Amino acid sequence: MSSAGSLGGAVVLTSQDISRAITRIAHEILERNRGVDDVVLVGMQRGGVWIADAIKAALERVEPGVSVGAGSIDVSMYRDDIGIRPIVPAAATDITVDLSGRTVVLVDDVLYTGRTVRAALEALNDYGRPRAVQLAVLVDRGHRELPIRPDYVGKNIPTHFDDEVAVDESGVVITLAKHTKENAS
Amino acid sequence: MKHLLSAQDLTQNDIIALLDMADHMAEINTRPVPKVPALRGKTVVSVFFEDSTRTRLSFETAAKRLSADTMTFSASTSSLNKGESLRDTIETLSAMRVDAFVVRHKSSGVPLQITEWTDASVINAGDGWHQHPTQALTDAFTITRSFGTPHTLEGRTIAIVGDVLHSRVARSNIAVLTKLGAKVVLVGPSTLIPIQAQQWPVEILHSLDEVVAEVDVVYMLRMQRERMETAFVPSLGEYTARFGLTPDRVSRMLAHALVMHPGPMNRGIDMVVDPAQVSGSRILQQVTNGIPVRMAVLFTLLGSGGSTALATGADL
Repeated sequence: MSSAGSLGGAVVLTSQDISRAITRIAHEILERNRGVDDVVLVGMQRGGVWIADAIKAALERVEPGVSVGAGSIDVSMYRDDIGIRPIVPAAATDITVDLSGRTVVLVDDVLYTGRTVRAALEALNDYGRPRAVQLAVLVDRGHRELPIRPDYVGKNIPTHFDDEVAVDESGVVITLAKHTKENAS
Repeated sequence: MKHLLSAQDLTQNDIIALLDMADHMAEINTRPVPKVPALRGKTVVSVFFEDSTRTRLSFETAAKRLSADTMTFSASTSSLNKGESLRDTIETLSAMRVDAFVVRHKSSGVPLQITEWTDASVINAGDGWHQHPTQALTDAFTITRSFGTPHTLEGRTIAIVGDVLHSRVARSNIAVLTKLGAKVVLVGPSTLIPIQAQQWPVEILHSLDEVVAEVDVVYMLRMQRERMETAFVPSLGEYTARFGLTPDRVSRMLAHALVMHPGPMNRGIDMVVDPAQVSGSRILQQVTNGIPVRMAVLFTLLGSGGSTALATGADL
C-alpha cells in the first residue's frame, strides 16, 4: 500500500485529526463498557493493526494503571470472495487470550462493504465466544452490502464506490475516481 | 497457476510465495480450531495408483483444514480391476464435479496426461521416477525455516545421498533447492546416479565420507528396491558401508547440519542411526510441514481466483 500522503488526492484527515479521533474513540470505549477490564482490542490485518495499537495506547493514557488486551486477526481465509479474486494472506493472526466472555473491539481502518468485518466475525468464532463484539473504524465511507454498522467511528466520509481511500498514520487521503471528478466539474 | 505437475515449472518467485503462504497455513495449524473455511464447497479427490502413507494423508488433512471435501480413490478396490482404463476412470471422477485431482502413479507423466482429460486442477503427488513437487517444497520449507532464512539457501550445500536414479524426490528437490540458491551434491554409487545427472546443476560424488563433514544438510534417500529389476549394488551390506548414515558419519557432521529423509526409511540400510538420537534430524518435522505446504498449494491452485471468477461472472 502506498503512503497516504503520496497519492495526490484530497487530504480529509491529517495526522493530528487521526490522533484526536483515536483519543475520542478510546473515551467512547471506556464510557460504553464502563472501563476496559474485559475489553480486548483486535486489529484487522493489515490496516487495522496500528489503529488498534494506537487505541490501546490512548486507553492506557487516559485510564492510568490499566492494561488492555490486544491482538490481530487475518481474515483472508474467511472471505466470501475466495476463488473470485486473488487473495494473499496478510500477516498472521495473533490472538493469545481466550475470547470467551470478553468484549472484543474489532478495529479496522476503513469500513466499506462490510464483507471484511463479516469474515472477521466468523474468524473470531474460532477463538472462543465473546460476550459482545463491537466495531471501531477510523473511516466509514458507506456503500455497505451487509447489515453491519460501526460502534465507534473516526469520521464519516461519503465517497463514490470506486474512489480510493488511503489511510496511514500521516493522514487519510481520498483520490476521486475519474468519472466522479468529471461529474463534479 | 492451475496445475502443479513438476518442480521444474516453478520459478524462484513461485517457490518463495508458496513457502510464505505455508507459514501462514502453519499458524492456522497451531490454533485451537485448526480449520478455516477457505475452500468450502471445493472437492479434492486423491487418486493413488501406488502405495502411500504420508503423502495421501497429508494432502487429505490439508484439504480438510481448508474445509474442502475429500474423496479417496484407491486403485486396488476400483473398477480398474474390471478393466476400466485410466482415461475412463478420470473422466468418471470428473463427471462428479471435482475441483482437484491429487495423483500418484508409477508411470512418469501420468499427471500431465490427466490434465488433458479434465478441467480440474491436477497436483502431482509422485509420478514414477519423475517428480514429487510437494515433497520438495516441504523439504525447502523445512530447511529454510530451520536455518532462519525464509527466502534463500544461498551459501548452503545439500548432499542428496543414495538411490538418485529411482528418486522423484531427488529430481524435484534439485529443482527447488537450486532455485533457492543452494549447491546440491549427489552422492551415490554410479549405478544409482542417472546418466543425465551430468547435465543437471549439481556436483556428483561417489563417496559419502568425502562430504559428510562439510555439508549443511545430509538428505538420505530410500533404496527403492521395489523399482529394481536387476542388481544395482553388489550387496546391501556394501551399500550401507559406503552410503548409509551411520553413527560415525553423524558424529563427523557439522554442528548445525540437518539430517533429512523423505520416508519411508529402510532402517539398517540407508538409515543405520536412529533419527530420534540425532539432534539435527528433521525427519518428523518434514512430515509435520507437509500439511501447511500442501495447504498452500491447494489454496494457491483452488482459492486464488481465476477460472472460477470467469465462470461465475461474480461481482467483486
